[in-house]
Amino acid sequence: MSAPPVLEVRDLRYGDRVAGVSFTVGAGETLVLLGRSGSGKTTTLKLINRLLEPTGGEVLVAGARAAGLDPTRLRRRIGYVIQEVGLFPHFTVARNVGLVPRLERWASDRIAARVRELLALVGLDPDVYGHRHPHELSGGQRQRVGVARALAADPPVLLLDEPFGALDPITRVELQREFQALEGRLGKAMVFVTHDVREGLLLGTRLGLLDAGRLVFLGTPEEFRRSELPEVRKFMEAVA
Amino acid sequence: MSCRRSGSSWKRSREFGADVSLLDFYARNSRELLLLLGQHLYLVALSTGVALAIGLPVGVLLTRRPAWRGPVLGLANVFQTVPSLALFGLLIPLFGIGAWTAITALVVYALLPIVRNTYTGIAGVDPAVREAGRGMGMTDGELLRLVELPLAARVILAGVRVATVVSVGIATIAAAVGAGGLGVYIFRGVATVNDTLILAGAVPAALLALAADGLLGLAERKLVWRP
Repeated sequence: MSAPPVLEVRDLRYGDRVAGVSFTVGAGETLVLLGRSGSGKTTTLKLINRLLEPTGGEVLVAGARAAGLDPTRLRRRIGYVIQEVGLFPHFTVARNVGLVPRLERWASDRIAARVRELLALVGLDPDVYGHRHPHELSGGQRQRVGVARALAADPPVLLLDEPFGALDPITRVELQREFQALEGRLGKAMVFVTHDVREGLLLGTRLGLLDAGRLVFLGTPEEFRRSELPEVRKFMEAVA
Repeated sequence: MSCRRSGSSWKRSREFGADVSLLDFYARNSRELLLLLGQHLYLVALSTGVALAIGLPVGVLLTRRPAWRGPVLGLANVFQTVPSLALFGLLIPLFGIGAWTAITALVVYALLPIVRNTYTGIAGVDPAVREAGRGMGMTDGELLRLVELPLAARVILAGVRVATVVSVGIATIAAAVGAGGLGVYIFRGVATVNDTLILAGAVPAALLALAADGLLGLAERKLVWRP
């Protein structure tokens, strides 16, 4: 691994739902966490940004122990995208995207510039969409805004919990392709949760397979394809 | 009916008389009417204000401490169930005759709709929105101020509306404990079997309730975000 680990997870535990998970993610890397429902993927993400408090192990962001940071400060350095998007319905798109910068008390012209930059980045014309409300957008557009919002304060880490899971297959492929193009440019340390192997193989620089709270496989997409591990085989067969 | 159709002049004059004498009555007692109306408004505004100042934080607290929801809403429900005249009676030994007894009773009645609607409104906010907010690093206060209260505003205002309208009605009974208000005319009219006097209190009280409802409805449309 050439890049230094922006995110490091050591023996992370949460009751019996996450039973000792360890991995590192460097800048520009995307670790895809695969697993069936209830395997602990989402729980692992929530342990990283402390929406849940680990019962054991630790999380380090750029070398600093997450447990030692104020949860609010920690979360503002970690972008978070969820399947349901969770845009604020009473805010315009621009206000949604500019939320964290606003909480961080950026100057308003700096926020406006950042919002334009991010909307353009995720393929939405700021002049067209900036003043709309979330209910005036399609599902795919909403998730673009969700990604833009998570990137607003330029966090070094980005957590994505099945971000494209609720989209129709065509929009989904479209967003996956665009996301793939973004990954390299952004240089973030990303953890991407999905149960879609195809998506994982496309977007991950590495894949981790969670099974009953344990990381049973961790390796590159190529290693994943070739793996003889029965848990991995089961997933690969589901694709074939 | 037959009496009316037969054109009993006594009956007819009495029917017309009610209207004429009501306006007549107001013309002669305009100062008193304004005083009682003022007292009525004062009772309603103060008690609703106090109920809002207590009820809103309590409602918010219930969303943070779900275990308290049952007991608190249950207690508020019990208060709501006590008949108003009985509640006034129960409070007299504590606060004596006068406005404080009335205001306390009115606050008690206004609390339930405000607490319940604050709780319901906030609890009804999409969990994904709340999770996204927390996940982005909003503090609980920021989430409440920027997201939960604005999204719950319509439901909370509906509670305030109910509380206010109910207060306008119950405040007429405040006259029974010497707190004044439009009920003074009603009680005086009942005691002297004088329809005009009863109407002199009842009509403006009813209009006041309708006006309060209309105004708060307007505020709701102006203030509340809607898709």
